[in-house]
Amino acid sequence: MLKIENLTKIFAKGTINEMTALDGVNFHGASGDFITIIGSNGAGKSTLMNSIAGVFPVDSGKIVLDGKDMSDMPEHKRAKMIGRVFQDPLKGTAFDMTIEENLSIAYNKKRRRGLQAGISRSDRELFKEKLALLGMGLEDRMKEKVRLLSGGQRQALTLFMAVIAEPKLLLLDEHTAALDPSAAKKVLELTDYFADNDKLCTMMITHNMKAALEHGNRTILMQSGKIKMDISGDERKKMTVEKLIEKFEIDNDRMLL
Amino acid sequence: MLIVTLLEALELGLIYSILALGVFLSFRTLNTPDLTVDGSIVTGAAVSAVMCTAASGMEPTAQTLMCILGLILAFVFGMGAGAITALLNTKLKIQSLLAGILVMLGIYSINLRIQGKANVNLNSTPTLYKTVENAMNGFRWSSIVFGLIIAAVVIFFMFAFLKTRKGFALRATGDNEEMVRAAGISSDNMKLLGLSVSNGLVGLAGGMLAQYQGYSDVGMGTGMVVIGLASVIIGEVLFGTGGLLRRLIAVALGAVVYRMVIGVALYLGMPPTDLKLVSAVIVTIALAMGMLGENFSLRKKRSKAGERNA
Repeated sequence: MLKIENLTKIFAKGTINEMTALDGVNFHGASGDFITIIGSNGAGKSTLMNSIAGVFPVDSGKIVLDGKDMSDMPEHKRAKMIGRVFQDPLKGTAFDMTIEENLSIAYNKKRRRGLQAGISRSDRELFKEKLALLGMGLEDRMKEKVRLLSGGQRQALTLFMAVIAEPKLLLLDEHTAALDPSAAKKVLELTDYFADNDKLCTMMITHNMKAALEHGNRTILMQSGKIKMDISGDERKKMTVEKLIEKFEIDNDRMLL
Repeated sequence: MLIVTLLEALELGLIYSILALGVFLSFRTLNTPDLTVDGSIVTGAAVSAVMCTAASGMEPTAQTLMCILGLILAFVFGMGAGAITALLNTKLKIQSLLAGILVMLGIYSINLRIQGKANVNLNSTPTLYKTVENAMNGFRWSSIVFGLIIAAVVIFFMFAFLKTRKGFALRATGDNEEMVRAAGISSDNMKLLGLSVSNGLVGLAGGMLAQYQGYSDVGMGTGMVVIGLASVIIGEVLFGTGGLLRRLIAVALGAVVYRMVIGVALYLGMPPTDLKLVSAVIVTIALAMGMLGENFSLRKKRSKAGERNA
């Protein structure tokens, strides 16, 4: 599904601040995979996701999704196949538009954006039905502006918007880090629910190592722009937070939580 | 008489409401104050004036058609100006404010070329306002009727457009560009579309203004963006922002109120030379009121939340 070959990204190339954020990363993600990504700050996790999404150009390497070489595609074209949720709950929605308008923008990702009505009656019914899945009562508040929602509700909505157009790849960049524990739990449950899909490859960055091992079917550890560990199956089942720390001398206190 | 002053302000205000709606599109929907306006409004006026001049000596019907064509071309040329600003901003990565200033400066020469001289007088040429007045048997306030119709048509089309899929994408671009790109929309294209339509409306306002006041002057654009911003903010503060249609109408009414304030000030003896200073002060007050309004509402929310928690 997702194939990454020899991906390299160097920030501030040729200056005194030159930083190799991705150092020849090779990676393969299959459909149905739910991959959790851990690593200390500056390891290259977010850079990897942003490179895949096309936020900035990479220095070398190839990104192929569903058989399509995306290496030279602009961000908005790649987005038709990729759903994304950011860390900041403010980043995923248009705050001055209503819930249903936001959903329509996400839902029409693959459709032509012409002068058709923004929301048709059948769209609205579909949104209402699907929003009920979130279990937050948002289906009765579809005409309210998103700015009135709490961080947890917004993040759940963003997650929902990321999957509503059936992407091939779902990129979650610490999407629960800004939420309180109960909201984070709820959003993680929803993540499990949406990621349980044979046609979707999910990648989730987290600083919570317990969550990294409890969710998904595969875990990757990144260090200085490289994939240092890639475990799944039995090996992953036997892995514990303590062993991970011991093995990789992870010194980030945040990761122990 | 004060009532005459107010009605004259309404005449002019209805034309400025088109300008305000254009500025609303860039300032609120795209979230960028666009200085192209000072240039594109003159482009619209110049094109429309040239068409009216060319119409003199033609058949009456042809004259009317030429004047209408003048307004259409004013819209089209305004769009062109906006498109250049958008392309400077998105393709050459020039800051939006600076891109607007560059176009505003450069377009001055183009406006001079369109007119061929600094000032075009339309006193002896046909204009749509004269046509409408004749059609209404010389009714003194026929221009109010004409202005109302144009404003209503513009508001209707803007409202309808902003409710389409494309309109949603445009509105989201001003809210959150990152989200828009993540939703598979080219934010660059949306800025191009938004700034084009915005300046198209500004050009249309300029075209109407030239035909209404009977002249076009290359210097008439100075401060127009400030008038547009003032109208948007005054409209929102006085008439509210709830609901898209209400907001558009509020912005149009804001322009009328602005003209009325200026009209009354002139009526009370303010020297016309102080006009620009007064405009700047009004905008400053309106901007500050907007800020204060937000702070107050936040404080209200906070105290309510406090009560609930207590």
